[in-house]
Amino acid sequence: MSGAVLILGATSAIARGTAAALAQRGHRLYLAGRDVESLRRDAADLAIRHGVQVNFGIFNAEVHDTHAAFLQRVGDEMGELEGVVLAFGYLGSQQKAAGDFDETLTIINRNFVDAVSILNLCADHLEQRGRGFIAGIASVAGDRGRQSNYTYGAAKGALALYLQGLRNRLFPAGVHVLTVKPGFVDTAMTWGMPGLFLVATPAYVGERIVAAIERGRDVIYVPWFWRYIMLIIRSIPERLFKRLKL
Amino acid sequence: MNTLNKEIAGWGRYPVQRCELVRPERHADLLSDAPSLLARGQGRSYGDAALNEGRRVVLTERVNRFLAFDCDQGIVRAEAGATLAELLTLTVPRGWFPLVTPGTKHVSLGGCVAADVHGKNHHHDGAFSRSVRELELITADGRRLCCSAQENGEAFRATVGGMGLTGIIGEVELQLQPIESVYIRARHQGAANLEQVFALLQDTDNDARYSVAWLDLMSRGAGLGRGVVMNGDHAARDELSGGRRLTPLRLAPAKVRNIPFDMPGWLLNSLSIRAFNAQYFRREGGRSGSFLVDYDSFFYPLDTLDNWNRLYGKRGFVQYQCVVPTATALEAMQQLLRRLADSGHPAFLGVLKRMGAAGEGYLSFPMEGYTLAMDLPMKGVATLALLDAFDAIVLQHGGRVYLAKDARLAMDSFRAMYPQLDAWRRVRRELDPQGVFGSSLSRRLGMEGEA
Repeated sequence: MSGAVLILGATSAIARGTAAALAQRGHRLYLAGRDVESLRRDAADLAIRHGVQVNFGIFNAEVHDTHAAFLQRVGDEMGELEGVVLAFGYLGSQQKAAGDFDETLTIINRNFVDAVSILNLCADHLEQRGRGFIAGIASVAGDRGRQSNYTYGAAKGALALYLQGLRNRLFPAGVHVLTVKPGFVDTAMTWGMPGLFLVATPAYVGERIVAAIERGRDVIYVPWFWRYIMLIIRSIPERLFKRLKL
Repeated sequence: MNTLNKEIAGWGRYPVQRCELVRPERHADLLSDAPSLLARGQGRSYGDAALNEGRRVVLTERVNRFLAFDCDQGIVRAEAGATLAELLTLTVPRGWFPLVTPGTKHVSLGGCVAADVHGKNHHHDGAFSRSVRELELITADGRRLCCSAQENGEAFRATVGGMGLTGIIGEVELQLQPIESVYIRARHQGAANLEQVFALLQDTDNDARYSVAWLDLMSRGAGLGRGVVMNGDHAARDELSGGRRLTPLRLAPAKVRNIPFDMPGWLLNSLSIRAFNAQYFRREGGRSGSFLVDYDSFFYPLDTLDNWNRLYGKRGFVQYQCVVPTATALEAMQQLLRRLADSGHPAFLGVLKRMGAAGEGYLSFPMEGYTLAMDLPMKGVATLALLDAFDAIVLQHGGRVYLAKDARLAMDSFRAMYPQLDAWRRVRRELDPQGVFGSSLSRRLGMEGEA
């Protein structure tokens, strides 16, 4: 397995960690994102450190009618794709979203609608090929709605449900779909937040994601113990949960 | 950008100060809007050079991308948060090694530039800045200045050794040296006292590309300054045998152990250090002939022990490193060692080496002569008073103290030690007229001068 992999939202820290783990294994990469200067730097870094071909280009997640042409361009440059990693997302602010529907829409669109638009196309591409993988970054926030980030959680939860359906659909075609639910990862998003514990590095998370792709896992929590943290959180009765300040 | 208020320290863990940390992920975010800024790489300077108490410190560790590597010419360019360890991983298998490396590889390239670090080959190859083909300096007004010995030369000379006070070093381009193998042909020679150590270091027939002397700082009387002179040269491929010859550029990663928490403060005392030194002197000084060691063991022996600074306990330690011109170097070093012996203060890890001619940096530490470094557990006033006495000796001999190691030098001594300070101040004022860049070190030493 060392075909070309498309990374959507490639300049995020988790994407960078995942890209490094893929490049380490010899995969050619296409880095897609909004910030072309960052993409250029990331591409050079990955190509130099790992000696693989790394291309990059601008991807406008929010402009859905550009997605087909974008995927075409990626195909022209890289040939057939082995896999797709969907890593873009937007945490936003629940507080802001409460009084500002634009913020709410942005959170839902960036984390769910935009992702569905491009993944539908990727799914068709891989289904036709009859092999490959899709790895989507969801979140532990999608496992249960909490007052502090329920819009984000709802969008990520929807993405997880979408990926689940996609997995079901693509299984007969031999295409593997992985849902990744990161806990606390040491990124710009979590940096400086009070009360964080057991924070994982992006490099570790990237390594776990690629290991899960190789093993054909369906859903992973990274770090692994978040599976059990979320198991406990999900098992709290709603009558009690609604009283908690989470 | 999120900020984090946290108590941090340099490698010596003295002093500890609360700073406002930011950690940009991207090169474009290195510069942020704050009244006072300082870039910090791996925090391997010892004292307060990478602290900015109550003010903003920009952690550059995530801005560490390699941007170009020409393996025919041995030229590498990277964002300044990249470390030498990362560089070695990339370049050694292709037969290239840094021209200058300090005693740890866990340093950022930006830090190497800002402190204009030196290595065991200073007497042949100069300081780190000699290997810098070009650097990108991000100034307070957001300009990105391309600096080299030729282009923006004044900014270059103020930035190498400038302790991060001219701006944020964004990118560094280095000239590397070709190597045939990962091995060093090393030679150890025991020396019964400081005169003998000097004689061995001075002897040009005995010279090697890399040379340094370990000193037993606890030895007294006739054995004052006894030590082991360690020489080394890169081994050519045909000096190797067997499997090493087949894959001369491959090195298995070293096993790294960790000091997981602070050791009790009494662990490194005069008695334990004396016992260790005596054993080390016998073992290392007694090795005869030359032998092959890999570059990790030769250049970075302490890197195999993560967090070794915890050995000194919670109070931390200070490293005193000075350089004294050749003419009276032996006399000066003897005075320093005698002063240390008289004080009864414990001191661990003494390192003496010869230095070649000074480089271009206005505030660069190296000058032609001999440099001595010693680690002293921090014991408060007693330690500080002893180091003030050292300063007097160093000044009397026309020497200076290394800012990257310093935590306590006095303003007047600093001014007397760095005669090019005024030239540096003039360039700095042009680059940063508002005085945005600052550090605890720069304020303590009054480096900016009166605006």
